[in-house]
Amino acid sequence: MAVANVSAHDVSNHDHHDHEHKDNFITKYIFSTDHKMIAKQYLISGMFWAFIGGLLSVLFRLQLGFPEMDLSFLRPILGGWIDSAGKLDPNFYLALVTMHGTIMVFFVLTAGLSGTFSNFLIPLQIGARDMASGFMNMLSYWFFFISGVIMFASLFLEKGPAAGGWVVYPPLSALEQAIPGSGLGMTLWLIAMTFFIASSLMGGINYITTVINLRTKGMSFSRLPLTIWAFFLTAVIGLLSFPVLFSAALLLVFDRSFGTSFYLSDIYIGGEALPNTGGSAVLYQHLFWFLGHPEVYIVLLPALGITSEVIATNSRKPIFGYKAMIISMLGITILSFVVWAHHMFVSGMNPFLGSIFMFLTLIIAVPSAVKVFNYLTTLWRGNLRFTPGMLFSIGLVSFFISGGLTGIFLGNSAIDIQLHDTYFVVAHFHLVMGAASFFGMMAGVYHWFPKMFGRMMDEKLGHVHFWLTFVGVYMVFFPMHYIGIAGFPRRYYSWTNFSFTDMYTDLNMFVSVASIITFVAQFIFIFNFFYSMYKGRKASLNPWQSNTLEWTTPLHPAHGNWPGEIPSVYRWPYDYSKPGAKEDFIPQTVPLSATPESNLPHENKLVQLEKEIMAEEGDVLVANETKES
Amino acid sequence: MYGLLISIGVLLLILVIWMVYRIQTLISVAKGSDKKIATTSNKVNAILFMVFLIGAGGLMFWYSFKEFDNYQLPIASEHGIVTDRLFWITTAVTGFIFILTHILLFWFSYHYQYKENKRAAYYPDNNKLEVIWTLVPAVVLTVLVVSGWKAWSDITSPAPEDAHVVELMGYQFAWDIRYPGPDNQLGDYDYRLTTATNSRGIDFTDKNSFDDFAAQKVVIPKGEPVLFKIRARDVLHSVFAPHMRLKMDAVPGMPTRFWFVPNKTTAEMRQELGDEEFEFEIACTEVCGNGHFSMRRVIEVVEPDEYRKWVAEQEPFIKRNPELVADLPAELKELADIYINEE
Repeated sequence: MAVANVSAHDVSNHDHHDHEHKDNFITKYIFSTDHKMIAKQYLISGMFWAFIGGLLSVLFRLQLGFPEMDLSFLRPILGGWIDSAGKLDPNFYLALVTMHGTIMVFFVLTAGLSGTFSNFLIPLQIGARDMASGFMNMLSYWFFFISGVIMFASLFLEKGPAAGGWVVYPPLSALEQAIPGSGLGMTLWLIAMTFFIASSLMGGINYITTVINLRTKGMSFSRLPLTIWAFFLTAVIGLLSFPVLFSAALLLVFDRSFGTSFYLSDIYIGGEALPNTGGSAVLYQHLFWFLGHPEVYIVLLPALGITSEVIATNSRKPIFGYKAMIISMLGITILSFVVWAHHMFVSGMNPFLGSIFMFLTLIIAVPSAVKVFNYLTTLWRGNLRFTPGMLFSIGLVSFFISGGLTGIFLGNSAIDIQLHDTYFVVAHFHLVMGAASFFGMMAGVYHWFPKMFGRMMDEKLGHVHFWLTFVGVYMVFFPMHYIGIAGFPRRYYSWTNFSFTDMYTDLNMFVSVASIITFVAQFIFIFNFFYSMYKGRKASLNPWQSNTLEWTTPLHPAHGNWPGEIPSVYRWPYDYSKPGAKEDFIPQTVPLSATPESNLPHENKLVQLEKEIMAEEGDVLVANETKES
Repeated sequence: MYGLLISIGVLLLILVIWMVYRIQTLISVAKGSDKKIATTSNKVNAILFMVFLIGAGGLMFWYSFKEFDNYQLPIASEHGIVTDRLFWITTAVTGFIFILTHILLFWFSYHYQYKENKRAAYYPDNNKLEVIWTLVPAVVLTVLVVSGWKAWSDITSPAPEDAHVVELMGYQFAWDIRYPGPDNQLGDYDYRLTTATNSRGIDFTDKNSFDDFAAQKVVIPKGEPVLFKIRARDVLHSVFAPHMRLKMDAVPGMPTRFWFVPNKTTAEMRQELGDEEFEFEIACTEVCGNGHFSMRRVIEVVEPDEYRKWVAEQEPFIKRNPELVADLPAELKELADIYINEE
């Protein structure tokens, strides 16, 4: 094993020397195969999409919070979607909701989060020169890019983009007669998603192979940072579930364009009876949620992984229950595949299935609870440094608790009857999946910015950004629980048609104002990000005094990451504040034999083994060198 | 003019913020405090967590109690009492955990803030603790699930034989209501038979349909089981009767159902709430297009006697529009005519 590793490193070493001389603007910044550049491409794209997605939500919050408002001032952007009375078109309202969901779930929190940090951190933290296939990695980004271009174009269609909700349930999404957005807009949605799925599959295959095959010497699975565990399991989930979404989409394409009846049956619309019979609209829901639910964890696990790393580093403590954390992530990974139908308790499926999925769903709450308790115990008796990354991680834990607990209501099918498709659900998933993952992403950006750009982001601006966003998110989503318990349904353009919803105009206005403030607060981040990229303070090599491998690279690592040999790993990544040690952190590259003062009893036994291996390594290196000369 | 003034104002504001930011950065560099960890801002952040805990927690309690009557919808069905009780039990359990974990999260953040001369505890694992906080949530969840499962099984069990049937058909963008008439048997339907006069696609060669009648609102008796037979004609819809704690999707090609026992009449509810205008309502909760937010129907719950009287007063489809059965074979036609000519 050691032999194979060493020679592989040598080969790639030569490769990367050749590359460096030839790099021009296009190969360096556009069609780059360097995982670090691809990560940055994902990050910038994700930020662009987060801006669009956020902007769309502000538009429909204007409608919900201020239904009487004259929106004529938006006509320069929205054109005909604002009618002559200055009101938003209800069809376009649905399109806004749909695109907000699609963009945030897939483009921001899947590509923007996983794409950025899996790409950036996997090779750096496991000690690899690059991804297993740099070329496929590049393809993955450009498929995502094409997907984005198509989705973006669909925003400008005359009849609007897809408008059947981000879940695009047929028959609504299959029939153009049902809603204008199900015409060309829906076609483009499906094409864009196809590219997106291809992109995430290529990314996922790369992440998995890289983690399995390219770990540096000594980097066993039991020494992987939890970030890598999270990215690895995320990629596994994506690889197994995205193809199912593809099949759902493909059958929908057949139904839309080729007259098949997979999802369509017994439909009379627009004054005519359609010939389709025998299809099942519920089939689509099963296929969709077979991806849709694991997708929640695709979005959430990387954020939890990032949080584990950031909290441990800034608490100056080992993460509590490293093994328990891994086991709970494994549990979540497996269980995430068998809970999908809890989205469908009242879809008309057999109620017996409902019972089964209720049991399975509430099991998944257990590993989630374990994770929360472990985070809390990690903070306990720590020595906490409130870097912006740390603040966002603590914010994530708070959202994960708040949003996770409401999942216990919704996973209970009897309670779900009333709450399904109300604002309670909106509050639930925006906290646990939306805000929590977004905070994980922010924590990641603040924490690894010095490694990405060699400069520090401004701390104080980061603090202001955190507090405005943290309070803002709670002000937006907490009130939605009350609105949901009162029975307000989702995706409603206005509330005045029903007497049971003809209230809470004040609360809705409050939510809208809070959402606008939160949105505007993100510009503090945008400024901080781009300003610090060029003018920020120069970072030191290991600004957070962290243990993981990425901080052993030069300030601006070139393609290949380490100029010489890849460092070997001798310990787990969480030796913070170890009793006896001089510093309060011991990087993974420090051999146990170098720290006799802090070794635990069982580690002293390993020292001997370590020495033997090192001696063997030395022999191999010498042998290789003689062979080459 | 105002626009110009406002933009100059905004510009100045941004410049001021910018200056403050630059000065602040330069001062921190000059003082060397950018290299320190135990800075004032570390302390401020720690304190802000406590402020947030107390402030936001207080706001939550205040609003939850003040607004209780507003967001708590009155219940008007028997199973609604059960599901609401489950809801509030779950609220109590999760609320307790919510508050406890948040106190710990923010208190730890405050209490263990960075101190120069302190060292964090090296405390990597404790299997006993892990087992405890795996088992405790597991047990609590099992209790919640089992009680939920019992309620769910009761609610979704087959409707009693004598349940009063009402058919709700969703279409863009309204609900059509159909009653089976005295025989309590709905006539067959086929979507291909849908016409302007037969919007439900009723198959009038099925004699069960002869006494079926339409209604503008759902009238149901208090205290007796009612079975909603639910279907859709074009896209997905979902019947949502919030006061009845009732929700079920309407799926084209796949009829669904939901039965329940209303336990309060509209009149009783009006009296209870002191609101003479109060109506039970049906809304749509599955996005279905342009008019999704306007699919309103009224449910009127009445005393059983009143209900029977009301049913007896309704006219079947074929009586209102004998055209519907004009083409029937002679034998059936004769039977239909009996309904048509009935006084």
